[in-house]
Amino acid sequence: MSRILKHRLFWPLVILVALLALNLFFTDNFFKIEMKEGHLYGSVIDIVRFGAPLILVSLGMTLVIATSGIDLSVGSVVAIAGALACLRISDLSDQNSVGGVLGAVGLALVLSVVLGAWNGFLVAGIGIQPIIATLILMVAGRGLAQLITDGQITTVNSSPYKLIGGGYWLTLPFGIIVVAVVLALTAFLTRRLALGLLIESVGGNAEASRLAGISARGVLMTVYAFCGLCAGIAGLMISSNVSSADGNNAGLWIELDAILAVVIGGTPLSGGRFSLSGTVLGALIIQTLTTTIYSIGVPPETTLLFKALVVTIVCLIQSPAFRTKVFHRRRRPVTASPAPEEKVRVTA
Amino acid sequence: MLKRISALILAGATALTMAGCSSSDGGGDSSVGGGADDGKLVMGFAQVGAESGWRTANTKDIQESAKAAGVELKFSDAQQKQENQIKAIRSYIQQKVDVIAFSPVVESGWDTVLKEAQNAKIPVILTDRAVDSKDTSLYKTFLGSDFVEEGKKAGQWLVDQYKDSKDDVNIVQLEGTTGSAPANDRKSGFQEVISADPKFKVIASQSGDFTRAKGKEVMEAFLKSNPDIDVLYAHNDDMGLGAIEAIEGAGKVPGKDIKIITVDAVHDGMQALADGKINFIVECSPLLGTQLMDLAKKVVAGEQVPQRVVTEETTFTQEQAAEALPNRKY
Repeated sequence: MSRILKHRLFWPLVILVALLALNLFFTDNFFKIEMKEGHLYGSVIDIVRFGAPLILVSLGMTLVIATSGIDLSVGSVVAIAGALACLRISDLSDQNSVGGVLGAVGLALVLSVVLGAWNGFLVAGIGIQPIIATLILMVAGRGLAQLITDGQITTVNSSPYKLIGGGYWLTLPFGIIVVAVVLALTAFLTRRLALGLLIESVGGNAEASRLAGISARGVLMTVYAFCGLCAGIAGLMISSNVSSADGNNAGLWIELDAILAVVIGGTPLSGGRFSLSGTVLGALIIQTLTTTIYSIGVPPETTLLFKALVVTIVCLIQSPAFRTKVFHRRRRPVTASPAPEEKVRVTA
Repeated sequence: MLKRISALILAGATALTMAGCSSSDGGGDSSVGGGADDGKLVMGFAQVGAESGWRTANTKDIQESAKAAGVELKFSDAQQKQENQIKAIRSYIQQKVDVIAFSPVVESGWDTVLKEAQNAKIPVILTDRAVDSKDTSLYKTFLGSDFVEEGKKAGQWLVDQYKDSKDDVNIVQLEGTTGSAPANDRKSGFQEVISADPKFKVIASQSGDFTRAKGKEVMEAFLKSNPDIDVLYAHNDDMGLGAIEAIEGAGKVPGKDIKIITVDAVHDGMQALADGKINFIVECSPLLGTQLMDLAKKVVAGEQVPQRVVTEETTFTQEQAAEALPNRKY
């Protein structure tokens, strides 16, 4: 029992279940999943479907945060990737040609990796603090996205492109499949190969890892480029879901949600150890919260307050220091890894 | 070596500042003379953002009208954030423009910065959205649509459509950005008209932030928690367009199973209306540039202008949309 209690995914899981349970009481048919138009249909499917971009962005963010960095530019990369893909597709003579769409998607993803690598270069090559280095692209990137779309909302009418974020494959939303593949790949690279260890070691102490013979620079570049790629895929999903690119709004504030997801998932902002499954849980918690607000009908005026309250509670419960104080007053505190950052994060 | 580099940088910086000074001096002079000495009026315009097709059409029209009217336009995009807009207005005050025009992101919280403009003797024109300030002397005039009227038109169409029916009409509403004037007014105008008959029930209402992505996400949730939706009222076309995708994904036919009313009449919305996916659109014209430039010239020249100028607007049914579509400018 105590082993389960101490598992670092225990509390995030409890929170997710509690949020879902809330819906059980307040919303009829919340857990009903049916087949409609040849695909699965239901609120729970929606949560995973709309949560997919956030999960992707958060995955990239997890690795960046594990190196004790941060990437604020993911929201802008989301906007740029969607904008570029939609622009290329709208220029195609036949918007439904699979080759043309693949070309556009490929180009957008290459650009995302380049943008991520640019962040990595600023951080690892020049030594600018991550928060500043990525802030540059966060601000400039949205301008770039608007430049690409000419400040307009670019609408496309392409069924292959639609598949990425709004389509279904084998009755499952295609976005979920993409997420599963990326997650599996990331888990393989970081947990089965040495990359994860290298990342944790760079995050723990970059200088010591360099002296131990790890190319900290290479690791950082890889991680930021990967984060850019994840944001790029998320951008394609978001724009494909509504078949249009909105340079101004796509992925707006997603970086904050992603950071929150990572922290809820138990990866400390100070770097070092990270948890991919925790991050996925964190992202799902955030999306469940959003969907819950819509389904139980929290008035729009109080939505932000409601979110802030839930997130505060989540962060408090997640903090081992807080838990020891409140729940185990009589027992001797046995906190091995206090995560003080978690207590102060209340952004919704 | 280091010294030489810093000297170089210093020299460069000084040159830049001086260049900056001279140009702003030029602007300052013209504003002292009421913008009349070189005939070129300088207008600072703080736009909300580019959150919708409507807004970009609005931006384009203002930029084109400024060029046509010989007005020098300083343009800024606030990305839907009030603090950005306040910053932009402050910078216009510092640059001593002749007139400031802006579409407030939200209704409240403008008194301080508008007072600063007043103290600097720069007239302010509100476009498209109002502020809730009690002190109406803070701005010269408000040019824009009457959002309450738009909400009423939407409600009126609904009442006419269902006048012979006795059954309850379940309505879901996609609101605009919480706290914004169009969201508040389109909601209250609509409510005012439909509340006359108790059979009209708004069963769910959430903010979709005027964007397609949010419109779709919120509509998905509505469809699941409310199995029986008759009518969707969206505060702009884009949210309606997002919702259409959600409705189609749920295996229902937009425009038939669920009737859709939206506001704005941007190109994509009109297309959907002509295609029968939307049933009724209340126009909210973004083409107010020419009127804005006229007002600006009058205000700077010290002429009296009315406190409220309403842009001319109409409504579209599906047939009217098909007719009007080829000639639409946006």
